Amino acid sequence: MVDDNTLLERRNVVKKIIDHKGNAKIITGLGSPTYDVFDAGDSHSNFYLWGGMGGTAMIGLGLAMAIPDTPVIVITGDGEQLMGLGSLASIGVQKPNNLAIVVLDNGHFGETGMQKSHTSYGINLCRIAKASKFEFSFDIVSNSDLENLIEILPPVKGPIFANIKIKSQNPPRKLPILDGVELKNRFRKNLGIEPL
Amino acid sequence: MKVDDIQNNWEEKLFSLLLDHKIDFLPYVPDAGHAKLIALAEKNKLLKPVVLTSEEEGVAFASGSWLGNKKSVLLMQSSGVGNCINMLSILSNCNFPFVTLITMRGEFGEFNSWQIPMGQATKKTLEAMGIIVHRATHPSDVCPLVDAALYGAFSSDQQIAILLSQRLIGKKKW
Repeated sequence: MVDDNTLLERRNVVKKIIDHKGNAKIITGLGSPTYDVFDAGDSHSNFYLWGGMGGTAMIGLGLAMAIPDTPVIVITGDGEQLMGLGSLASIGVQKPNNLAIVVLDNGHFGETGMQKSHTSYGINLCRIAKASKFEFSFDIVSNSDLENLIEILPPVKGPIFANIKIKSQNPPRKLPILDGVELKNRFRKNLGIEPL
Repeated sequence: MKVDDIQNNWEEKLFSLLLDHKIDFLPYVPDAGHAKLIALAEKNKLLKPVVLTSEEEGVAFASGSWLGNKKSVLLMQSSGVGNCINMLSILSNCNFPFVTLITMRGEFGEFNSWQIPMGQATKKTLEAMGIIVHRATHPSDVCPLVDAALYGAFSSDQQIAILLSQRLIGKKKW
């Protein structure tokens, strides 16, 4: 069992990933990962989810296959990814080399009262990703582990899966806009696509 | 065209229609009624089939592909509609275009009574989540309905399901 005090802090981790995202598009899973990415700096190349729990990795897959020359990074939580476990198998079939899935794993359902999630009971998402044929699959527990991930971002030789053990803390919420149509349109416009 | 030709060829015509509309991806959970379409897509380089573990993955996939300006059509069986319910909320929140072709079970000539509850609830479930529902009962219905659905979805962000009735696809033989 990893000592919580030595673990990485979610906002620092996300800031570092965003600082090294290059030209990657970012999809965030509902709850804290959406707030973390928004807190690191709003951008029209971010698509924040406020719902559709379990679907973030598949939105990432659809986008990655639609724009194969542009890297895509999904940033989500352990609870959200656990709800979409099957999507890891579906990604493993397609093997898009421009996709990275980053799970911020605090071992808890942070939005709902910090109930323990499966990862607190030893379920290992990284090994599930490895078994699902991800090209790279990391368990990240330290800053030096994080550096190894940063080196291969933005993803070009993926798919990459990174499970980052973070402290189970709830930093102040930083909320992006809720308007899904606006989030969609600004994201597409950022890719050079005009609204219908 | 003779009635017999339409009767025998609706899957090929449907496949050509998807190509005409420049559909890029066919995310699917298979059903016997979609087998021919999936087989045609596997042979064709223009339209990529994407196998799913569960139907809600396809709703998310279609949304993601549209963020990148590519078109998906989700293939599933009526039982899969129940698996999609919460994910369908993404479509109405973001007004993503969406077309799904659903082969029906649990209605005409059904042997397996375990298919009945979801089959009977399919239309109501989709409508409860804001999806427009059309139904093809005769082979000659399929292409005009799908053509209109693809046009409506990808030119004005509509969400449309086409139910392919059990009478159309034929009773499953036991």
